[in-house]
Amino acid sequence: MSTPTLTARPSRAAALDGLGRYVPIGATVALLALMYLGGLGNYRNFDNPQLIPDLFIGNAGLLIIGVGMTFVILSGGIDLSVGSVMAFSTMACAWLTVDAGVSAPLAVGLVLALGVVSGTLTGIVIHYFDVQPFIATLVGLFLYRGLTLQISAEDVSMRDVAFFDWGMTRVEFGGSPREGGFSLPYLSFLALAVVAIAFVVLHYTRFGRGVYAVGGNEQSALLMGLPVARTKVGVYAISGFCAALAGVVSAFYTKSADPLRGVGLELDAIAAVVIGGTLLTGGAGFVLGTVAGVMVMGLLSTIIAFQGNLNSWWAKIVVGVLLLAFILLQRVLARSGEKRRT
Amino acid sequence: MNTVLTRVRAAAGDGWASPYLKRLIWPLAVLVLLIVVNVAITGFDFLVPGVQDGRLNGAFVNILRRSAPLLVIALGMTLVIATKGIDLSVGAVYAIGAAIACQWISGPNENALGTVLIAVAAALAVAAVIGAWNGTMVAAFGIQPIVATLILMIAGRGIAQLITGGQIPDVNDTSPFVELGRGAILTIPVPIVIAAAVLAAFAVLTRRTALGLLLESVGGNPEASRLAGIRAKGITILVYLVCGLCAGLAGIIGAANLGSADANNGGLWIELDAILAVVIGGTALIGGRFFLLGTTIGVVIIGTLEVTIINVGLSSQWQFTAKAIVVLAVALLQSPEFRAFTLQPFRRRTPAAAVQEAAK
Repeated sequence: MSTPTLTARPSRAAALDGLGRYVPIGATVALLALMYLGGLGNYRNFDNPQLIPDLFIGNAGLLIIGVGMTFVILSGGIDLSVGSVMAFSTMACAWLTVDAGVSAPLAVGLVLALGVVSGTLTGIVIHYFDVQPFIATLVGLFLYRGLTLQISAEDVSMRDVAFFDWGMTRVEFGGSPREGGFSLPYLSFLALAVVAIAFVVLHYTRFGRGVYAVGGNEQSALLMGLPVARTKVGVYAISGFCAALAGVVSAFYTKSADPLRGVGLELDAIAAVVIGGTLLTGGAGFVLGTVAGVMVMGLLSTIIAFQGNLNSWWAKIVVGVLLLAFILLQRVLARSGEKRRT
Repeated sequence: MNTVLTRVRAAAGDGWASPYLKRLIWPLAVLVLLIVVNVAITGFDFLVPGVQDGRLNGAFVNILRRSAPLLVIALGMTLVIATKGIDLSVGAVYAIGAAIACQWISGPNENALGTVLIAVAAALAVAAVIGAWNGTMVAAFGIQPIVATLILMIAGRGIAQLITGGQIPDVNDTSPFVELGRGAILTIPVPIVIAAAVLAAFAVLTRRTALGLLLESVGGNPEASRLAGIRAKGITILVYLVCGLCAGLAGIIGAANLGSADANNGGLWIELDAILAVVIGGTALIGGRFFLLGTTIGVVIIGTLEVTIINVGLSSQWQFTAKAIVVLAVALLQSPEFRAFTLQPFRRRTPAAAVQEAAK
C-alpha cells in the first residue's frame, strides 16, 4: 500500500470498509422483508400470527445444523456429514429407547456425546493429517448413513416413549392464534437457545475470534500465535454436536426415525449459510445471517404452498438462483474491496 | 508380475512409465484382491464371460456395464480435478441429460431413429452449455469451483423435474434409444463401448498432444501458466464443458438402460462416487497430475466392491459403510502427515532428525 492513496481518500474508504461487511446480510434481511410483504399483498391469511413462528418449528433442525455449519464455513471448511449424522442420531435415539430399553434422557445424552466425539475425530483427521474437509466429511456422510440403514432399513416409531412428548409441548404467547397470539413448542426454544449461544461464542469469546482468524488466513492465525489446532478441531466438534442435536429435535418433532431422513440436508444447510451472507471461503459472516437464510428458505416453501399451483421443484430452482445472486454479490464486494486497497 | 512390469516399461519407455505405474500399483492391488475374493466365493464364472443372445454376459461384464456411466463421469471429473477444480453438479446434469432425452423421445415417434438422434444431441448440447456455464463462473468470475458448481447441484434437479413436469417419462423397449443401454456391438455391451471410447479419446488427446501437459500446468499453478503464455481461462472453461458433456452422456446411458428418467433419484450421489473414483485412482484433489487409467481402476473397484458385499453375504446396507472405510483409507494413505505419523516408530533416526527433535 503506497502513501499517496492513504492520504487521498482515507475517510470514505474506511467508512465503506466498515459497512461492506453488512451488505450481504442487509440484502438477506431486505429479501426476507420483501418476501413477507409480497406474501401479505398476494395471499389471504398470510397475516396469520402463527406463520412466522411456524418457520421456527418446521425448520428447527435445519436452523441448528445451519448454526453448526456457520462455524465450519467461517473457519474455511465444509461439513458434508451433517445430514447423515442427523439421521443416525434420530435412529440411535429410537434404537436405544425402544429396542435397548435405555432411559430416554440417557439416550439423548449418549447421542449428543457421540456427535461431539465424531466431530472431534473428523476435525483431528482434517487438521493433523491434512486431509481436505470435503473428503474427510464425505467419510461421515457415507459412514453414518450406512450405520443408520444397518440399525433399521425401515421407519421406527417412538410413540410409546413418553419423554419425546415433552419437546412438542407448546407455550402460548398473547392467547390462542384466533385471538392474535401465537404458540411455540419447547424444541423451538432449543433452536433459538442454540442461536443465542452461538452468537455469544462467535462474537464475544476468544474461540469465536479464533474461528474468524483461521478462516481469514490460517497461516497468519498460526503466526499470530492463535490456537489453530484447537479452533479447527473445535468447529467440527460443534458441527457434530449441532447435527446430533438436530437429530434429537427431529425425534421430538416426528416421534419416529426414518433411515433416509436428511438426505441432501447438508446442501440446504450450506445454501442457508451462503444466503445468510457468510463467505464460503471463510472469515466473514454472521450467525444471525444464517437465521435469516433459514427463514428465507422456509418462507419460500410457505409462499409456494400458499400459491398452490406451483410445484415443489421451483423451491430448488429459486434457491439456486438466490445462491448465484449472493455469490456474485460477495464476489463483486470482494473485488471492489481489493481495488480500493491497491 | 515382475516380468510383466518390465515388459510394460520397455514397451512404453522407462522414463514415462515408471512414475505412472507406481501410482497405479496400489489401486490395482486392491482391485485384484477384490476379484480374488469374488472368484474364491463364486468360482471362475465371476471372471469368465459367456455369450448369451449375441452379447457377453457374466458377473464381471455386468459390473463393467453398470459402471459405464460412472466411468464416463469420473473421466470428466479427472480432468476438472487436474485443473485444481471440482464439479459437484454432475449428478444434477446426469438427471437433466436423462430427462431431456427421455422427455423428447417418449411420444408417438419414439421408434424413429431420427427422433432418438435429435434427442441425444439436444441432451448433450444442454449438458455442454451447463458445463460451459460452470467453467465461466470458475474462470471468468473467479468463484471457487466447489461454490460455483454447488449452485447447479442444488438447482439442477429442480430443472430436471421442470423438464419432466414431475413425471417419470419412459421409453418403450422397441425404441432404438434403449440400445444405448442394453444393446451390444460385436457382443460387447454398448455402454462399455461408449465408456472405452471416451477413455481412449481422452487418453489420446491428453497424452499424445500437449493438452495434458497444459492441463497439469494450469492445475499446478494457474497464474504461472498464464504468465508462461497458456490460455488458462480457455482451458478451464473447456474442461468444465467436457465434464458437463460427460455427465449428460452418462445420463443418456443410464436412462437408456432403465428405459426411463427419474429426475429425483437418477444419478443420486454419483458426483461423490466419481470424486471417490478419481481419488482412489491416485489423482490428488489439489490439482496437477492426473491418471485416467487410475480413475478407470477406481471406478471398477467401486463397482466390484458393491458386488463383493453381496457375495460375501453382507446386506446391501453395508455398501455405505464399506465406501466410508475405503474413502478414509485412501485419504489417510495419501496424506504425507499420516504416513509420517504411522511410520515414525519404524524409521531409523538420522542424527539430523534427532537433533531437530531435541530442539523441539
